Amino acid sequence: MEERNEYLVEMVNIHKWFAGVCALKGVNFAVRYGEIVGLVGDNGAGKSTLIKILSGFYPPDTGKIIFEGKERHFASPREARELGIETIYQEAAMVPKMSIMRNIFMGRELSRTKIASLGYLDIARMEVESMKALESVGLRLRSPHALVDELSGGQRQGVAIARAMYFKSKLVILDEPTNNLSVKESEKVLEFIRELKKQGISSVFISHNLYHVYPVADRIVVLSHGEKIGDYLKEETSVEEITKLMVLP
Amino acid sequence: MERSSWAFNWRRVLLLRETSSLIMLFVVIIVFFSIAPLFLSKENVGVVLEIIPELGIVALGVTMLMITGEFDLSVGSVFAFCPIMMALFMDWGMNSVLAVLCALVIGAGLGALNGFITLTFGIPSFITTLGAMLIWRGGVLLLTGGWPPPFPVGMFTGALVGKIGILRVSLFWFGIITLILWFILERTDFGNWMFASGGNQIAARAMGIDVRRVKLANFMLCSLLAGFSGVIQSFRLETTLPSMGNGLEMEAIAATVIGGTALSGGVGTLIGTVVGSFLIRMIDNGLIMARAPSYWFRVFIGIATILAVILNTFVRERAKKLRC
Repeated sequence: MEERNEYLVEMVNIHKWFAGVCALKGVNFAVRYGEIVGLVGDNGAGKSTLIKILSGFYPPDTGKIIFEGKERHFASPREARELGIETIYQEAAMVPKMSIMRNIFMGRELSRTKIASLGYLDIARMEVESMKALESVGLRLRSPHALVDELSGGQRQGVAIARAMYFKSKLVILDEPTNNLSVKESEKVLEFIRELKKQGISSVFISHNLYHVYPVADRIVVLSHGEKIGDYLKEETSVEEITKLMVLP
Repeated sequence: MERSSWAFNWRRVLLLRETSSLIMLFVVIIVFFSIAPLFLSKENVGVVLEIIPELGIVALGVTMLMITGEFDLSVGSVFAFCPIMMALFMDWGMNSVLAVLCALVIGAGLGALNGFITLTFGIPSFITTLGAMLIWRGGVLLLTGGWPPPFPVGMFTGALVGKIGILRVSLFWFGIITLILWFILERTDFGNWMFASGGNQIAARAMGIDVRRVKLANFMLCSLLAGFSGVIQSFRLETTLPSMGNGLEMEAIAATVIGGTALSGGVGTLIGTVVGSFLIRMIDNGLIMARAPSYWFRVFIGIATILAVILNTFVRERAKKLRC
């Protein structure tokens, strides 16, 4: 039970206002090492705002973020990413008309040498490494050169998760990863998330659909109107209890 | 097994973006050759090869920029503006090499201005460069008063348009620029950022790519190449006309689109653009050889452009279904 105090990230008393509207009212949110946290709540509950603060899109108005024991201020998503916080948005994760390999290494290409500040791509190594990355989440695809366009929604999430894993992320935030996916595809995504846990990587799974989150989450946090109204270890709660919380006005 | 790998290869060939433009190029060559056998005579091939680079170099820049998701309609005007600035600089007593370099810097600068305005104010580059097209064409007329400045004597024309047999040096410049740009686009990290910026800039930005810088660099490159190509033409004709490059922006975009580059960005090939440039200039020349009235040129380019895109979409859709 000692592990209970071992937090990878803690967000303490976070407030955020937008043009006079209070989006977050003193939210405390924490993720332990290797934990899968489900973040649920209705649309407009403040899930996205909380996550955008955590991933460096904007700073909180008050409150602090402690990552790996140190207080952090992220000036940009890039800074958060460099520390190992990777956020996967369904629409913004991939470039559909680019190959899987080029997507995995987008912005972090492997190169052999620099020619006048241009990196000469090491395509052979990127091919091998991207296949390795895909296998690490159990995703078997024919070729690293297939276009992301040709993949199913679930497979795309898999590629994004493989990418996060390959680049040694410590915390992977998934924003509605199962939206618009078939049941079978959603199931695949959950499998990828379990794979993250196996490798000791923490993750936050955001969804407005409790039924997608519940099977994989270790802990479930419920937001409503900018406040945290529930924070339960899965074994201490039930779908019914959380559903009741969520539908409260 | 044997058969499926055969089918797979065909599928790959059909999926290549250059395929439909190559098919059209062969059809055009065969048709014109059968109408006018002199079309493939040594002299005529020389004539065609001497004018292709001037369109081709411009089109390469337009393609690079279009892949990053932006347009440049001002290339035709920059094509005239740069050589005229060069002639003016020399008229003021500047050394010839320096005058050309200054003109090219101005070319890149005009591209930077297009990029800066587009990216800072977040307006479509179609609008910015439409404005720039009118401004620099007007600028050319203002600077010259409608009269071309005298073409400087003793220019180093050999370096850009010197004759080697039936070929001109400009063809080699075209080849070298194609190779360098192909390398940058297909084999460097910067090329990957270009595709990403044009394909989904939100994702590109989220992955830490400086989309603004990538686009700005390509605005500059595109404009620089337009200026360089204008200098080549002025060297070949040994004159700097204010009307140079009129309508060139449309031909360059046509060459790009015929070659399989998507107007929406994120997808494109330079080899396709080279083929597209050949196609346009060969239609131009072939119509003359076939003694058709020259008015037909624009009609045919228009048809070729639409046909190429239809063919491209159609062929690729079919090829995708050719699963093995």
